[in-house]
Amino acid sequence: MSWMLLDPPIFASRVALLVLAAGMLLAFVRLARGPSLPDRVVALDLVATHLVGAIAAYSILTGEPMLLRSAIVLALLTFLGTVAFARYLERRQRP
Amino acid sequence: MTGLLSAILLVVGAVFMLLAAVGVIRFPDLFTRMHAATKVSTLGASSMLLAVAVHFGSLGVAVQALLVVLFFFLTAPVAAHMIGRAAYFVGVPLWQGSVRDDLRGRYDPRSHVLGSGAVPEGAPAWPRDDDESRRSGGSSTPGSTSGRERQ
Repeated sequence: MSWMLLDPPIFASRVALLVLAAGMLLAFVRLARGPSLPDRVVALDLVATHLVGAIAAYSILTGEPMLLRSAIVLALLTFLGTVAFARYLERRQRP
Repeated sequence: MTGLLSAILLVVGAVFMLLAAVGVIRFPDLFTRMHAATKVSTLGASSMLLAVAVHFGSLGVAVQALLVVLFFFLTAPVAAHMIGRAAYFVGVPLWQGSVRDDLRGRYDPRSHVLGSGAVPEGAPAWPRDDDESRRSGGSSTPGSTSGRERQ
């Protein structure tokens, strides 16, 4: 078994990337099916959180800690996008 | 030792994220889906970022990772609160099996003000007067589009 000789974090980051890909696929199913617009916003938020996790796993896989800065930017943008969607939904209801 | 710890944290975090996605698929309405999407995914992402902080073992990387964790813990409840509030006002249907709706009749659609305390006599329950039509939606009846019509 050659994969047993790998460094544990490297092997774990590969497994984590696979698991995250499966989760992201499920979130995209909800994004496509979601019966209402808030459902889709929640699914998009979940996809972005999965992306932050994938960036963390990939920075361990490549040994490149600089990738964390893109995770910071992504988390910030996700929050702003969700808040903007919520304000838009509430404002649109006003007569 | 730190390698093993970060590997465990990575896999545990990824499994939590997968569970969050499964919850978003499987739960019956938006408000229960948000439980999974907000809390579980915050825990999963925080666990994976802690794995990064443990793995690299330098102060600068750890500070950046913990900054993202702190940011998630600060912003995820705020974003979930705003989306849930907007979804309730837009009229997203509750699950048929919901037993309680504390916001019924306490919302003024004109001024967007939420009241508290006792519901005044004769106040219409907004967004729907009759409870039946409000609860007839939900994803368990795919043919119903009552949530979509209100948008």
